[in-house]
Amino acid sequence: MSERPTYTLKGDTGDWEIVLGLEVHAQVSSNAKLFSGASTKFGAEPNQNVSLVDAAMPGMLPVINEFCVEQAVRTGLGLNAQINKVSRFDRKNYFYPDLPQGYQISQFEHPIVGEGVIEVDVEPSHGDPAYAFPVRIERLHLEQDAGKSIHDMDPGATYVDLNRSGVALMEIVSKPDIRTPLEAAAYVKKLKSIVVALGTCDGDMEKGNLRADVNVSVCKPGAYEKFRENDDFGELGTRCEIKNMNSFRFIQAAIEFEARRQIEILENGGSVDQETRLYDPDKGETRSMRSKEDAHDYRYFPDPDLLPLEIDDAFIEGIRVNLPELPDQKRARFESEYGLSRYDAGVLTSDAESATFYETVAKGRDPKLAANWVTQELFGYLNKAELDLSETPVTAVQLGGLIDLISDEVISGKIAKDVFQRMIDGEGDPADIVEKHGLKQVTDTGAIEAIIDEVIAANPEQAAAVKEKPKSMGWFVGQVMKASGGKANPQAVNKILREKLGL
Amino acid sequence: MSELTKLSLTGALDGLDKGDFSAVELTQAFVDTIEASNDALNAYVVKTPEQALAMAAESDTRRAAGKAGRLDGAPLGVKDLYCTKGVRTTACSNILGEFTPTYESTVTQNLWDQGAVMLGKLNMDEFAMGSSNETSRFGPPSNPWRRGSSNATLTSGGSSGGSATAVASDLCLAATASDTGGSIRQPAAFTGTVGIKPTYGRASRYGMVAFASSLDQAGPIAKTVSDAALLTEIMCSHDEKDSTSLNVETPDWLGEVGNGVKGMKIGVPKEYRIDGMPQEIEDLWQTGISWLKEMGAEIVDVSLPHTKYALPAYYIVAPAEASSNLARYDGMRYGARVDGDGLTGTYEGTRADGFGDEVQRRLMIGTYVLSSGYYDAYYLRAQKVRTRILQDFEQVFTEVDALLTPTCPSAAFAYGEKTDDPVQMYLNDIFTVTANLAGLPGISVPAGVDNDGLPLGLQVIGKALDEATCFRVAGALEDAAGFVAKPDKWW
Repeated sequence: MSERPTYTLKGDTGDWEIVLGLEVHAQVSSNAKLFSGASTKFGAEPNQNVSLVDAAMPGMLPVINEFCVEQAVRTGLGLNAQINKVSRFDRKNYFYPDLPQGYQISQFEHPIVGEGVIEVDVEPSHGDPAYAFPVRIERLHLEQDAGKSIHDMDPGATYVDLNRSGVALMEIVSKPDIRTPLEAAAYVKKLKSIVVALGTCDGDMEKGNLRADVNVSVCKPGAYEKFRENDDFGELGTRCEIKNMNSFRFIQAAIEFEARRQIEILENGGSVDQETRLYDPDKGETRSMRSKEDAHDYRYFPDPDLLPLEIDDAFIEGIRVNLPELPDQKRARFESEYGLSRYDAGVLTSDAESATFYETVAKGRDPKLAANWVTQELFGYLNKAELDLSETPVTAVQLGGLIDLISDEVISGKIAKDVFQRMIDGEGDPADIVEKHGLKQVTDTGAIEAIIDEVIAANPEQAAAVKEKPKSMGWFVGQVMKASGGKANPQAVNKILREKLGL
Repeated sequence: MSELTKLSLTGALDGLDKGDFSAVELTQAFVDTIEASNDALNAYVVKTPEQALAMAAESDTRRAAGKAGRLDGAPLGVKDLYCTKGVRTTACSNILGEFTPTYESTVTQNLWDQGAVMLGKLNMDEFAMGSSNETSRFGPPSNPWRRGSSNATLTSGGSSGGSATAVASDLCLAATASDTGGSIRQPAAFTGTVGIKPTYGRASRYGMVAFASSLDQAGPIAKTVSDAALLTEIMCSHDEKDSTSLNVETPDWLGEVGNGVKGMKIGVPKEYRIDGMPQEIEDLWQTGISWLKEMGAEIVDVSLPHTKYALPAYYIVAPAEASSNLARYDGMRYGARVDGDGLTGTYEGTRADGFGDEVQRRLMIGTYVLSSGYYDAYYLRAQKVRTRILQDFEQVFTEVDALLTPTCPSAAFAYGEKTDDPVQMYLNDIFTVTANLAGLPGISVPAGVDNDGLPLGLQVIGKALDEATCFRVAGALEDAAGFVAKPDKWW
């Protein structure tokens, strides 16, 4: 694994570095909301999944959904974090029509999950090799989602859909340990892979079920290292928070824009205002949403309708023993059990579906060959075709069959690629394709000898020249393979050619 | 049949059981009395005679089939704070408009499950904020009691003024009420009735319009200690819909009344003797002490040193919680709405128009004490005071079984007498807020009258979950006092 590179942005006054901290909101996978029995099913008609509690009718009281607590603890364990046996719910007070209670129930001072750490893998990019780095988790807390205000249905009115109102969210806050746009995306990917593996969030970013707020600041080289020594945020630049991004691409683009914006301000002698900003993907820029001055005074205080949330060791251990294999554990196992590189193992374990697919392909076969076919050929094709693994035209069983044909020397690796293309085109099982198109490798040495004899006889000058320049034997191999329609076993061709040419 | 309305709850249930009269007859008597008297007394803000008579008819059928519940056929009044399915519930605030719940509060459901009959919804201070019932959107109820020397209309206290008026003037057998800082006990004391606030968490808050969540507690106002005991038993229950509801059994409190105080240690806290308290209150307190001594209790002088901080702490915690609890009344989903310029204009118009002055005052205080920079100095400090007050009580309860204090520093006052000075009004709660801050049960029993012939109450504060002792002591005081005075009917 490579060293973590230093990421710098060139400015007129010298180099700058970025410091990033993320707050990720992950919707808890649960059939019911955090404090009411209402359904969380996506796609219901507006205001259908709304209980009396969600609509904040007079006299209605919140009752904690124990399953959501379990999910938060499960996630905390997946983040290698401290589970707080006593936590508390607070009210965050502000007025908005999609917030029926006039406050959001959240955990302000005493979150259910404390500090943790995860290892984040960064893909190779722009010639930089893959590397991994740790991100410290500051906390995870449970809170209610708000409803949805719809402003564009009627020029004179705003419509409110309370279906999301009261849905459980986990807010996962990182320490400012992230230093590049690519790392930020990689961090969110890693969180996503963990919560999906745990079954605590479906990770569906398009539906907004996983979204990120990014705190961006810039500083001069050396400042961050000082901050890490003394934990004094004064060493770092003033940060801006970019709200609510739900795509890896937007996260990276927004950070790049925002860092440049801040550098420009600073280099022109200005100062960065601490504020909340929104990323506009159409314009590719961030714009101010509200400044620190008009920030709400949320008047946090402990919610008197709820007792402190107390959980015991038995509850935590009951969850711990039933944790599924986490992406990091799976990757380690793929490295040791299958002998894969850390990078390949990481790619194959980034989500459960890939891992299961790979393990089906690799079962009883050469694991490295299987890894190459899955990551290079299949994933390469899916990426290019912009398909999800769930939409693959080639099943794991079929791909396994193809690898069997290679290992059994029925076809060569080269022919296998043709077969694979035909599998993509929907021609079916590899064995049938090989049969149908007569692609079986010729291993009969007699037949190969006959072809070689013909080729040598047709090219006497080259046959003489090759004795002087043995490296040009490759030309003969090519001719023989061509004459065999690519079906001749390459090893046999090489061997017999050497004999015949007297090399 | 108007004699029927003078019965106690337990007396009426006996009569129903013996077949002396039917539930329909009993209910009709109350319906008629309410019809004749409510214009003058303004106890009910919603009357439900048809529903009452239908419930009574069903009750008679149940009783005939031998399936009568513990309150079967008993006509009761319900404080307008309790959400009642299909019956307008506004907490006597304009902001709730004509709000009619589609659901029933747990406490009232418990009553109906035992066969009780609902006569209507009772007047109260807006959102239970007040000590005289003057902040009601419907105007205050009248205390049936008047000073011997004057015809001035007196307050029946607050916030459960409608409940107290209705019980004291025989407009129901008993009523539900609620107590955040004394709203059951003070009106009971002002009207010669019995009122108890049980231990916090005994009764569910589900379906009760919230004022201050950590202080609000349901309880009854009734004519006798036995009636109060019976009704409290029915009102209290563990409820999974309220996270602060206690998962405890409700004991047989009715059976405790009459068990006497022999051998009990009763504490008399010196801090409840305050400057400017009328001599009549002090005298009543001493009389109560003598009665308990005579009946075999040991009187112990005790100290609750943080008592003087209770009222200020209460007037921080309660408004703070209220400022958040009442945020939901924004004109967006139910209740009244005043359209204004944009969203902010609509919020401002709705809330300025919908909330009365006292509610607005408390919302502003509450918003202030929770705001950033002031939270530690006010809210957090008040919560620390609260802990001290609880510790004071825990300390004295290692020595004594219950405490005896006056319920209020004065008898009922006339309307307008204290309205101009909120602090004077707040001082009414000085002896009652401590039990709310500490979550303890407190009961007020009529024990005598002042020089004007107005009823005065004594308060018994018990250990957490020890309502049993409260009922025993209150029952003993009731026996000793023999309080049988009734207001002269002027209405």
